[in-house]
Amino acid sequence: MNGSEFVPLSLVPMLTGIFVAVACALPGNFLVLRRQALIGDAISHVVLPGIVVAFLLTGVVSTWPMLLGAAGAALVAVLAIEGVLRLGKIESGAAMGVVFTAMFAGGVLLLEQSDTSNVHLDVEHALYGNLESLIWLDATGWGSLFDPEALATLPVELPRMAVTLLFVALFTAIFWRPLKISTFDEGFARTIGMKTGPLGLGLVIVAAIAAVAAFDAVGSIIVIAMFICPPAAARMMTNRLEYQIAWSVLFATLAAVLGYVLAGYGPLWIGMRDSVSAAGMIATVSGVILGFSALMGPHRQRGAAAPAA
Amino acid sequence: MIWDALTLQLGYNATLVTLGATLLGMAAGVGGTFLFLRKRALVSDAISHATLPGVALAFMVMVALGGDGRNLIGLLLGAALSAAAGLLLVSWLSNRTRLAEDAAIGSVLSVFFGLGIVLLTVIQTMSAGRQAGLEDFLLGSTAGMLRNDALIIAVAAALTLALVLLLRRPLTLASFDPEYGTAIGQNVPRTDLAMMGLVLAVTVVGLKIVGLILIVALLIIPPVTARFWSERTDHVVLISGALGGIAAYVGAALSAAQPNLPTGPIIVLVGFALFALSLLLAPGRGALSALLRHRRYQRRVHLRQGLLALAHGQPIYEQLTLRLLRAEGYALPDGVATKAGRGRAAKALRDETRWQLIRRDPAYEAAAQQYDGLTPIETVLTADQIREIDSRIDMRGGVMA
Repeated sequence: MNGSEFVPLSLVPMLTGIFVAVACALPGNFLVLRRQALIGDAISHVVLPGIVVAFLLTGVVSTWPMLLGAAGAALVAVLAIEGVLRLGKIESGAAMGVVFTAMFAGGVLLLEQSDTSNVHLDVEHALYGNLESLIWLDATGWGSLFDPEALATLPVELPRMAVTLLFVALFTAIFWRPLKISTFDEGFARTIGMKTGPLGLGLVIVAAIAAVAAFDAVGSIIVIAMFICPPAAARMMTNRLEYQIAWSVLFATLAAVLGYVLAGYGPLWIGMRDSVSAAGMIATVSGVILGFSALMGPHRQRGAAAPAA
Repeated sequence: MIWDALTLQLGYNATLVTLGATLLGMAAGVGGTFLFLRKRALVSDAISHATLPGVALAFMVMVALGGDGRNLIGLLLGAALSAAAGLLLVSWLSNRTRLAEDAAIGSVLSVFFGLGIVLLTVIQTMSAGRQAGLEDFLLGSTAGMLRNDALIIAVAAALTLALVLLLRRPLTLASFDPEYGTAIGQNVPRTDLAMMGLVLAVTVVGLKIVGLILIVALLIIPPVTARFWSERTDHVVLISGALGGIAAYVGAALSAAQPNLPTGPIIVLVGFALFALSLLLAPGRGALSALLRHRRYQRRVHLRQGLLALAHGQPIYEQLTLRLLRAEGYALPDGVATKAGRGRAAKALRDETRWQLIRRDPAYEAAAQQYDGLTPIETVLTADQIREIDSRIDMRGGVMA
């Protein structure tokens, strides 16, 4: 494959996929360890009513209103879950289930009721996005990466995801020690004076930011898969958080690249004419990676003594 | 139109679908209660998302065998198989590896769903796949349903409901007190399996009506709602079944009567409306009743403190206390005690003194534990005991200030 074909068609979706995968996997490590893995699931469901309301208010499909709407919906959901938990005195899974299904249903209903026939906004798009459509039209080859004119037409999703990834990575690096301590031993963290409550909320907010930014590029299915599968697979490989993070970044990248390539070119190899959903394929590949590590990872079992390295 | 739908006058198919939805809603409400009591509500989310690859594969297999591909029984069978595979994977991941159940649920949910999406895009490129309508399984659609399909769903929903009712007793026992269940010889793991089987049946039957993304709501919202109305398991089960039935019935009827009202979301939103009402209005656990309880308690505390202040002749600055004393006729607007107020204040102070005394006396230890600064001492001690205490107070020279 040469640059004149790869750069305009595949470079941007592939890079976006990698950025999304890593940006979700980083906070995902902590969410999985804290048994909050399903927060990603809940967030990605409630984003839908947020973007629909933003569309109804502004009448256009554009980035910032939608991001704000999605963030607002995520905030409403967090508050609603907390409210249901406090008032109903029920387990958090059920409280989450009530809130995110109701909000998603509301979003679908709003979408069906409003006239979106002339814009690209539908439930399927929200679920599995459209990674393949991120085409860089003005690129002619690798040289375009240094051509300001061509760079100006770079799909906006790519730089946005890059910034999001940078933000998530910075958050993880800056709050590394408190995050690590409070994840493994919240009682101890509180004893030495850490504010574990705000820290936990901050983690959820960062996860929500990653999910919302990723959402309109790739849809919710990759977001949920990347929050959980790479960190879960990495957890089977090591007992040390530092290595687990490294493994999860590796797995996330691998899933994004392999998934994109398999979706785009895999069908051609087996004699079919059209490509399949890249988002779905990336999620599938991440599941295959998790499957292998669950079968063969050195630390796959709970509490078992670490094997000789 | 809506009235016609609610009274089942919209034609044979719509009626059949509405009835089927109602039965399904009841089965989901009852079955979901056990899931909820076992604190495994979100397992159903993994099950429902795991149906998608099965539906798509079933379609492809049926087309490959030269069939129609849209045969509902075949599609639902495929859904059941892949949902069962997903369920097994969830329990394998959470039992045999170090992953917690929530991570197992999330990974199975997203991976199966992703695979299903891949298969759906494959089907879209097949010549038979253009009008497959498999997207309907995502959000449910009862519009223009074939008579045969409606009949299948109604019958399957009725069977599921019968099964839930049949298994009600062992499920109640296992979900409420698994240790006791084991002790009296019940096979709790097998009962759990039966519960998951029921959830699977509800999910598969509900695919066409509610859709796989929202079916989990039908299993979660009614039990959570019912929990507001009762503390008893058997009542929660029945209430939840009724609520699920109502939500599904009203939702399906509304959606049949109006265009642009997708069935699944409407059913879920009706269920959520019932939930919100219960959250606010339910006696005991509802928000309104909690608020009223809090206000009542606050008034009692303020009134009591106000009376004690009056008895000690201390000035009262706190506005709520003053207002309460005035409303009861115990004080004038400037905070001076009325005759009735002086009487009540003396009684409050005497009570408080009696309390102080018995709290220091080990002989009254049990009674003294009820002290909260509010309980009248007559409700704790007998008249004789109070007389005995009063004689001790008098001996020590009257009221301690």
